[in-house]
Amino acid sequence: MKEKNIIIPDHEVAISTKDMAVYYGEKKALHETRLSFPKYRITALIGASGSAKSTFLRSLNRMNDKVARVTGEINFEGININSSKVNVNELRRRIGMVFQQPNPFAKSIYDNITYALKYQGIKDKQTLDQIVEESLRGAALWDEVKDNLDKSALALSGGQQQRLCIARAIAVKPEILLLDEPASALDPISTAKLEETLMKLRENYTMIMVTHNMQQAARTSDYTAFFHLGEVYEYDHTSNIFQNPQVELTLNYVEGRFG
Amino acid sequence: MENDVQKQLTSPSKATRENIRGKALTFIIASLIIVLTVAVIGFIAIKGITTFTKDGVNLWDFLTKSNWNPGSIKDGKPEVGAAPMILGSFLVTLLAAVIATPFSLAIGIYMSEYASKKTNKLLRPVLELFTGVPSVVYGFLGLVIIVPMMRTIFGGTGFGILPGAIVLFVMIFPTITSMVVDALTAVPVSYRQAALALGATQWQSIYKIVLRAATPGILTAVIFGMARAFGEALAVQMVIGNSVLMPTSLVSPTATLTSQLTSQIGNTIMGSIQNDALWSLALVLLIMSLFFNLLVKMIARKRKI
Repeated sequence: MKEKNIIIPDHEVAISTKDMAVYYGEKKALHETRLSFPKYRITALIGASGSAKSTFLRSLNRMNDKVARVTGEINFEGININSSKVNVNELRRRIGMVFQQPNPFAKSIYDNITYALKYQGIKDKQTLDQIVEESLRGAALWDEVKDNLDKSALALSGGQQQRLCIARAIAVKPEILLLDEPASALDPISTAKLEETLMKLRENYTMIMVTHNMQQAARTSDYTAFFHLGEVYEYDHTSNIFQNPQVELTLNYVEGRFG
Repeated sequence: MENDVQKQLTSPSKATRENIRGKALTFIIASLIIVLTVAVIGFIAIKGITTFTKDGVNLWDFLTKSNWNPGSIKDGKPEVGAAPMILGSFLVTLLAAVIATPFSLAIGIYMSEYASKKTNKLLRPVLELFTGVPSVVYGFLGLVIIVPMMRTIFGGTGFGILPGAIVLFVMIFPTITSMVVDALTAVPVSYRQAALALGATQWQSIYKIVLRAATPGILTAVIFGMARAFGEALAVQMVIGNSVLMPTSLVSPTATLTSQLTSQIGNTIMGSIQNDALWSLALVLLIMSLFFNLLVKMIARKRKI
């Protein structure tokens, strides 16, 4: 077996890291990573708690600003976005994020989706209506809520709230969606529905998803990266990771010997 | 043996007796406080109503007339028109809240959203220091600084509603600010993260999401500040002018319910109409503070839904 196995996908790359490391104070939480994420694919980040996969994910859209120190390069659209010159608000519009706990605003379903659009200057009611419908359809929530768009988002079930958060994220038309354990707070039925949604969204979005659920990674993702104690040990096609891992740590993890 | 166990199981022990005593003691003290509260309200109510029942003052006259001279009788009725004081109390309170709210919001937002932990460590004690200063000191500062300043700017004596409101503003804004900070920090971090992850700037996340979610808490803070301002006596008395006149401008001498009470209650004889009239002012104050309390409760209930 090898010590590490990190491939470079033979596919158009949406975002990649080069020697990206993360420090919390003096402590190095994530060692240098060099990963390329293919466009219009789902990549799963797996690994035990404390393996720094969420830290990695949050660095990609600069949500770690002021929280941690990120060194190295993150390349997106031909520039290094890990630079103080980058407009992080514009960046985050292009690289959206869905969190572990559904976090809709205490507003109506409609207002949740239009919040970001309004401060982008979109005021035309017809355009807003159209984007709301598109986004909710994209997140497979339209049929469930189309008659109650004025209802508080907090009245939705957990699974619906999470799909609303996805709708809210795709309403601003990002290129990449970062998903931080999006199903961990959901029951199995809601999870299945969420996964189905993600599979559909794959046609138009590049997705990177942290997950603790290995079946979920195996079911939904095209590529998988295995993190362990702040280091990436293996990155390959998902089928290889689960059926034919090259690194012993990966093998032990996917076979459930630790985690 | 069997009997011993049964006896122990069925008879009270030292610990259970102690428990009963503890419960009884705390219950008695709690009841005492309730009785005391009811007694105070009852006493003020009875004394305050006497003006209308015994002395024959018309309630409507009391609330709307502006001649305050309880000793003298005009057209067969004592002159007990409290309108200047009621108006004075409301004006200083409202004005103080209007000045204090933007300050408190700005400081609160800075402290909860932008300031580092270090800065907060400095700002918190400064705010607490403000609340710890005795009101007489604020009143004195108002008297020697604000009142002469008003005199220079607006002419006249310099006493009146505006200096009163300024002194009250300094007194209430620390309280409002620390409650605003609490309300803002109670807004879940996930709301801010969600907004930031959508590409919102921090300012956009604050004024569209965080402030909106914290609105009930902020309202509560402002009402608390107003309740404090409404009830403050000493500091206001030192800068308001203490003459029962309808305020003709923000810098004309007038009086508030509290300033009139503190300055006059020692000069009247219990049972006289002068004294009864002051109790009526106290009753108005009490009703107002109950109203402020009720308002806070209503907002709190609305927040739960």
